[in-house]
Amino acid sequence: MTVFMLDMIIFGLGIYCLIAKRHLIKKIIGMVIIEYSVNLFLILLGYRMQGIAPILSPGQDIVEFAKKGVDPLPQALVLTSIVIGLGTLALMSAYTIKLYEKYKTFDMSEIRKLRG
Amino acid sequence: MSTVAMPLMVALPMLFTVLILIIGKFWRYIGPILGVACTAATFYLSLLLITAPDSVYQMGGWIPPIGIVMILDGLSKLMLLVVNLLAFLVMIYSISYMNRYTAQTKFYALFLLMLTGMNGVVLSGDLFNLFVFTEIASLASYALVGFGVESEELEAGFKYLILGSLASTAILFGVAIIYNLTGTVNMADAANMINAIKPNTALVFAIGMFIFGFALKSGLVPFHAWLPDAHPSAPAPVSAMLSGVLIKALGVYAITRVAFSVFNGEKVILDIILWFGLISAFVGGMLSIGQDDIKRLLAFSSISQVGYIAMGIGIGTPAGIAAALFHLFNHAVFKGLLFLDSGAIEMRTGTRDMRQMGGLMKRMPVTSLSTVIGSLSISGFPPFNGFFSKLLIIIALFQAKAYLFAGVAIFVSFITIAYYVKVQKQILFGPLPKVYSNIKEVPISMTIPLITLSVICLAAGIFYGFLNNALFYPATQAVLNQAKYISMVLGIGG
Repeated sequence: MTVFMLDMIIFGLGIYCLIAKRHLIKKIIGMVIIEYSVNLFLILLGYRMQGIAPILSPGQDIVEFAKKGVDPLPQALVLTSIVIGLGTLALMSAYTIKLYEKYKTFDMSEIRKLRG
Repeated sequence: MSTVAMPLMVALPMLFTVLILIIGKFWRYIGPILGVACTAATFYLSLLLITAPDSVYQMGGWIPPIGIVMILDGLSKLMLLVVNLLAFLVMIYSISYMNRYTAQTKFYALFLLMLTGMNGVVLSGDLFNLFVFTEIASLASYALVGFGVESEELEAGFKYLILGSLASTAILFGVAIIYNLTGTVNMADAANMINAIKPNTALVFAIGMFIFGFALKSGLVPFHAWLPDAHPSAPAPVSAMLSGVLIKALGVYAITRVAFSVFNGEKVILDIILWFGLISAFVGGMLSIGQDDIKRLLAFSSISQVGYIAMGIGIGTPAGIAAALFHLFNHAVFKGLLFLDSGAIEMRTGTRDMRQMGGLMKRMPVTSLSTVIGSLSISGFPPFNGFFSKLLIIIALFQAKAYLFAGVAIFVSFITIAYYVKVQKQILFGPLPKVYSNIKEVPISMTIPLITLSVICLAAGIFYGFLNNALFYPATQAVLNQAKYISMVLGIGG
């Protein structure tokens, strides 16, 4: 239970960073922290203390394996999610570079040409 | 047949995305050719799939819930038709419109990638794939919003990107919780388990996460902040796709699927959707009146109209859902039409400020006439389609004794008339400013989609009975009958 609490603290920190910070790069860092805390949450769901890798080697007892092996599905999901996160991160960085070229600042509060 | 067509709906656009990028390096005119070819093919397939029986495609032959499945039922068929119809017409429109942009090849590639994501979302049979396809479509749309790389477009795009990824993360969080509770991400299997373990506190949290994520993607108030910036900033064809189908496929469709097929029409979810719909319809309508930028007005109007759809779905009766789905179809058609019109007007006049326009009726007859038809449809004049769908939503709300909601729906439809009268008065009628005295009608490849969409606006109103039998009635049945959905996927009596 404690690990989940800690994970939620990371999640909260990410939200704080995203909302309270004005610097574009810090906002991106906040976003990434949120993504990673959710990835970590997924991993924690499938993890077992003193678990073994979910690969069945020949001669291994099936019952023992099922009892001790960690859940492989969340790991597969998280891999996909990390790749998606990478794509988002690349796009966010590209946007930031372009925004800096246009506005000459990283301060989100000065980037407001749009109304309302 | 449908087992071949279903994976092709996703695979074709994805393949053509790559082809366009590779061939585009050597020959830059390949983009429009392959783009139109691909959207024509997927549109044709989506027409074929309407008559096909409901079916399940098991990827690689793995049986659900172990394998990945694609599911074709009434709701998916309707959404596929709407998405691919608009994609095809918008693609034809883009050929001339996108000429003034550089890096056109990338536009066509991103457009098809967005189509891949939307088709995938609509066909997906498990929650995690729903998330993945949502992200594919969203990533492509984030890039397309900032396609013009002007200051405002970048700002809007960045805002959309941050809020959109937050929503996606929330959806992933919801999927994680569902996985922990049920041990599966297959929607039908999860629905089975959830029916057994309800009520459960963790489920409430998952529901909250899903509603936050999907409501943000569909631009419902109070999560609408990105929409009036992002939709106007994009090039007109992209605006038409975003407002016409993206917010519906990623937002409204996904929330309907999760609320009904996974959570079996849980009352709490429907009530929240209903209230969000009420607030969206009202706030979106009110904010539209004061806008002078035509595309911004249309974007606020989208919020308002999605509010109508949400109200129809939130009421949860068969009549309400059928009306909401009809309005979803109609809104895709006339909002797509109006955004394309705004693009045509912007292309010729060089501005989006309605105060500087006037008298375009004399100079651009086709664009003007289709703008009139679109405006009449969205403000609900008979015999156009918008009249029938709004009327049906209001009747459904009355039947369910939701008088407050019905009253607001009627009130907002008057507001809608008000701001579309303003659009017509300022753009189409009155004196023609001197600067525009020698503007011409847009080229024929842009007028063809405008005329087609105008005809659909009229035809969908007149042939409602036929459309209802072919599309909306099966879709409503698919939404409401969770047991059939589960037994169809898992192959067990349920």
